[in-house]
Amino acid sequence: MKQHILSVLVENRSGVLTRVSGLFSRRGFNIESLAVGTCESPGMSRITIVASGDDAHIEQVKKQLNKLIEVIKVIDITERSHIERELALIKVNAEPGKKRSEVMQIADIFRAKIIDVGQETLVLEITGDTGKIHAIEDLLGPYGILELVRTGKIALQRGASTISPGK
Amino acid sequence: MKTGARILIDSLKEQGVDIIFGYPGGSVLPIYDELYDADIRHILVRHEQAAVHAADGYARASGRVGVCLSTSGPGACNLVSGIATANMDSVPVVALTGQVPLPMLGNDAFQESDITGITMPVTKHNFLVDDSLRIPQVIAEAFYIAGTGRFGPVLVDLPKDVLMRTVSPDEILPGVPDLKGYRPTYHGHPRQVKKALELLRESRKPVIYAGGGIIAAGASEALCRFAEEMEIPVTITMMGLGAMRSDHPLNLGMLGMHGTRYANYAVTECDLLFSIGARFDDRVTGKIDEFAPNAKIIHIDIDPAEIGKNLTVDLPIVGDAKVILEDMLERLEPEDRIIRKSWLEEVGKWKEEHPLTAGNGGGLHPQQIIREISDMLDGGGIIVSEVGQNQMWAAQHYGFKRPRQWISSGGLGTMGYGFPASIGAWFACPDETVVLIAGDGSFQMNIQELGTVVQYNVPVKMMILNNMYLGMVRQWQELFYERRYSYTELPFVDFVAIAKAYGVPGRVVESEKDVVPALKESFETDGPFLIDFRIEREENVFPMVPAGAAIKDMIGEHVRQDVGGEPVEQEAD
Ligand SMILES: Cc1ncc(C[n+]2csc(CCOP(=O)(O)OP(=O)(O)O)c2C)c(N)n1
Ligand SMILES: [Mg+2]
Repeated sequence: MKQHILSVLVENRSGVLTRVSGLFSRRGFNIESLAVGTCESPGMSRITIVASGDDAHIEQVKKQLNKLIEVIKVIDITERSHIERELALIKVNAEPGKKRSEVMQIADIFRAKIIDVGQETLVLEITGDTGKIHAIEDLLGPYGILELVRTGKIALQRGASTISPGK
Repeated sequence: MKTGARILIDSLKEQGVDIIFGYPGGSVLPIYDELYDADIRHILVRHEQAAVHAADGYARASGRVGVCLSTSGPGACNLVSGIATANMDSVPVVALTGQVPLPMLGNDAFQESDITGITMPVTKHNFLVDDSLRIPQVIAEAFYIAGTGRFGPVLVDLPKDVLMRTVSPDEILPGVPDLKGYRPTYHGHPRQVKKALELLRESRKPVIYAGGGIIAAGASEALCRFAEEMEIPVTITMMGLGAMRSDHPLNLGMLGMHGTRYANYAVTECDLLFSIGARFDDRVTGKIDEFAPNAKIIHIDIDPAEIGKNLTVDLPIVGDAKVILEDMLERLEPEDRIIRKSWLEEVGKWKEEHPLTAGNGGGLHPQQIIREISDMLDGGGIIVSEVGQNQMWAAQHYGFKRPRQWISSGGLGTMGYGFPASIGAWFACPDETVVLIAGDGSFQMNIQELGTVVQYNVPVKMMILNNMYLGMVRQWQELFYERRYSYTELPFVDFVAIAKAYGVPGRVVESEKDVVPALKESFETDGPFLIDFRIEREENVFPMVPAGAAIKDMIGEHVRQDVGGEPVEQEAD
C-alpha cells in the first residue's frame, strides 16, 4: 500500500466536493487528507487528495474520478517530481518566562511564525512536509498542545509542467 | 414573458421528447399546467417507480432517451430504485423531479427531500436547477450526458419557484451543453485495434463475449459480420441477448450462472476471449480466477473505468463497440480468415451434447411455455421479463432474433421492473407485440399498473409463471439451505379476478394442452390480456453455477467431466 497524492482539477459547480468525496467512500477507498480551493483558472478548483492503496486500486480511483462530469483532469502527482506542503496552526502552553522562550526557540529552528501571543499561550504557524510538522508536534508536546489544526496536503509538480484545462 | 415551466416544456421539445411517464403533485403543478395543452404526451402511471421503469423500458426498446416526471419528496424518493436500475444497466433516462422553492431548501419543508444527494451514487449525473434562465442549458446537458458515452440516468431537480418565475425570452441562456470535463471516446486507438487483430490471428480457440454494450452501440450487425467473417463462436450476456439470432450457428447463447454449459465450457477452454461491451460481472464470471483461465483477453468498452476493474486484461480498447468493430472489419486481411476447424467442432460437440432442456412429464413446465410463445411469435415481439426464475427461463428459451427485443433488469435485478417497463416498451414500439414474462412475486410489486394498462389500452400480454413461490430464492433454499423454505411461499392469488376488476381479460392455464389455445386467445385479443400459468411449483432453473464456483462447474442435468467439471448432483426428492 503506497500513499498517493492525486491532484484533481474540477469545474467549480455546487456539489462537486460531495461527488468527489462520496465516490471515495462509496467504492471503499480511504481518504487520508483532502484540500480544496480555487485555482489559477476562473470557475475551477483544484482538489488535492492523499489516499493509499495498491496500484490497481488507485488506477480505478483515477478512472472513477475522471467519470465525474465536473472533473477536468486527474493526475497522480506522486509519480512525478513534485513538492508538497502542509500548514498547521498550533496553540501551545507557554507561560511567560523560561517555557515561553524555549517554545520561541523551537519555533525559530523550524522557521515557524508566532502569530498570536496570549497570557499563557502562543499560536505557531508552520508549513512544511508531513515529517516536519510531526517533528515540531513532538517537540512541543511536553509543553502542552492545546489545539492543533492542519490543512490537508497540497502539492505541485516541479518545473514548467502544469495540470491545466485543455492540456 | 415565459415561466420556467414553459421554458422546460420548450426545452424538452427541443430534445425531441414526445412522451413523458409521470405522476403529479404540489411542486410540479406548474409543469402539469403546461402539459395540459402541450403537444407532449403524458402517461399517468399508478406509482412513480412505474414511471421511471416505463421510461427505462421506452429507452431500451427505442434507443432514445426516456423521460419521467415526479413531484418532490415522496414522489422523487419513489423514483430511486428505478434510477438505480437504469444506472446499473446503462440506460438513458432523464428523471425530472419537483423540489420545494429555493428559499425553503434545507428547512425540512413539506415534501422536501434532498433528491440530488440521495441519487448521486445511482445517477450518471444530476442537477439542482437554481436559475430559470439556465433551464434550457441544463436540459440540453442532461440529455447529452444521458444519451452519449456510456448511457445512464440523469436527474434534474426543479424547485417550484424556478418553475414559476417569469423571465423575458431574450435573457434565457441557450440550450447548448457546456461540459468541459465530459468527452467520451468513440474511436479505438488504431494501434490497439491492430494489436487485437494480431491476437485474433494467433488464436486457435477464440470466443467472443458480447454484452449489453453491443445493443447500446447498435453494433449487432457489425458483431454478426465480424463473427461470421472470422468464424468465431459468440457467447452473450443476459444484457446482450438479441445481439445475434439465438439460432445462429455461431451463437452459444448466454454464459455465466444460468448460461448454457457449452458457452461456459467454451469460455473455460478458449485461448482468446474477445470481450465487447461486457463488464465481467460476477454473475457471468463465477469464480474469477477460473474464468477463461487459459485465455488472453481483449476488452472493448466505452467506459475506461470498466477496463481492469474486475480482472486484468491483455489488450484494452476504449471506444464505441460499433465504431471499433467496423474499423476492425475494414482492416481484415484475407489471412485473418482462419478456419479453426477443430475448435469449431469441439464447441459444436458440446453444443450437441448439452442442449438446454425443458422439463418434461407431469405438470406445466415454464420452459415449454416460453418456447411456445417464441414459436407462436416466430421469435418476434418484445419480451420483457420480471426478475427471478421467470427471467432466466425467458432468457434461456426464447428464440431472439434482433436487438432491443429483450428487456430485463440485469445489474440490479429489480423485481417489479418488468410490468411497467413493458408499458414503456409498447409506447416506444406500438406496432410490436409486447409480452411480459412475470413471476407471481414480481408481478405483485407493481400490479397497480393494471390501472395504467387499462387507461391507455396498452396491449401488453401478461404471462404470469405462477409457482406460488419467490421461486428463485426458493431454488437457492432448496439447493443450499436444505430445503428450508423460509418466507418464500406465496399464498394463492386469483390474478385473473384482479385483472378483471381492472377491466383486463385473462384466463388460467393449468395443463399443457391449454397453453397454445390460451396464448392464441391472448394474441388475438385487442388490448391487454393476462394468463395465469400454474406451473410446476418446484421447477428449477438449470444448468446453474453455484455462487462463487467456477463457471465450468455447473449443476443440473448432463454433467460433463472431461473439462474438469465437478459433478454436483441435484438432490432427489
Ligand atoms: C425488489 C427486489 N426484492 C427482492 C429481490 C430478491 N429476489 C430475487 S428473485 C426473487 C423471487 C422472485 O419471485 P417471482 O417474481 O415469483 O419469480 P420466480 O423466481 O418465482 O419466477 C426475489 C425475492 C429482488 N431481486 N428484487
Ligand atoms: Mg414465483
